[in-house]
Amino acid sequence: MSNQSSVEIQTEWDIVAARQLGRNVAKELGFGTVDQARITTAISELARNIYLYAGHGKIEIQRLTNNGMKGIMIIAADNGPGISDVRKVMEDGFSTSGGLGAGLPGVKRLMDEFKIDTTQGEGTDIRATKWLR
Amino acid sequence: MNVRIPILKLRDTLIVSIQWELDDQTAIQFQEDLLTKLHETSARGVVIDLTSIDFIDSFIAKVLGDVISMSSLMGARVVITGIQPAVAITLIELGIRLEDVMTALDLENGLDKLQLELEA
Repeated sequence: MSNQSSVEIQTEWDIVAARQLGRNVAKELGFGTVDQARITTAISELARNIYLYAGHGKIEIQRLTNNGMKGIMIIAADNGPGISDVRKVMEDGFSTSGGLGAGLPGVKRLMDEFKIDTTQGEGTDIRATKWLR
Repeated sequence: MNVRIPILKLRDTLIVSIQWELDDQTAIQFQEDLLTKLHETSARGVVIDLTSIDFIDSFIAKVLGDVISMSSLMGARVVITGIQPAVAITLIELGIRLEDVMTALDLENGLDKLQLELEA
């Protein structure tokens, strides 16, 4: 079972809207302040990647329930250029934009589960999940 | 809508308290405002208090890091104060190191540290 809400990412202001949505959902689900900060930061990084590299896309926030476990999933989807070398962007310290966004290894560390699906010329779909402990 | 962050002057120090979530434009504007104020007032130290900030992403961290380097080019020292536990944890997990940055637990400690630094 899940229900979701989303924010279209087109401008810098949408990054703020996406992380506010995520923080509110995380709070409602009962995440503590540290996890709220992790989730908010992860959304901010993913939304900024969309803004910087794809131009526009969407951040979806899903509430998850699985065998009594509650969680939050961030889906960052765009139809941008895709990522040519996923292994490389998952290396620490790799960034093509001089330290703005792009921190995918960081996002992975902030969340419990991280999945990236990308095709060059078609777009990128990143799913990051945090479970309530 | 763009709200500017107030910058207060106390003797030879500028004091900034960031009270709300920073969007990109406000952060960039703050960078410019702080450097202009340094130039106008000839202040030698800056305290940036982040007590009210509950998350910092890589962009905000970069703007903060840059403004510290820029202030240092102009001959001023910057202390960052009041970083919350959740912010410290997420910054390190994200892989961001604010190296060579003077920090203190709160505004009071920050002002003390700055004073010692400026007298040295």
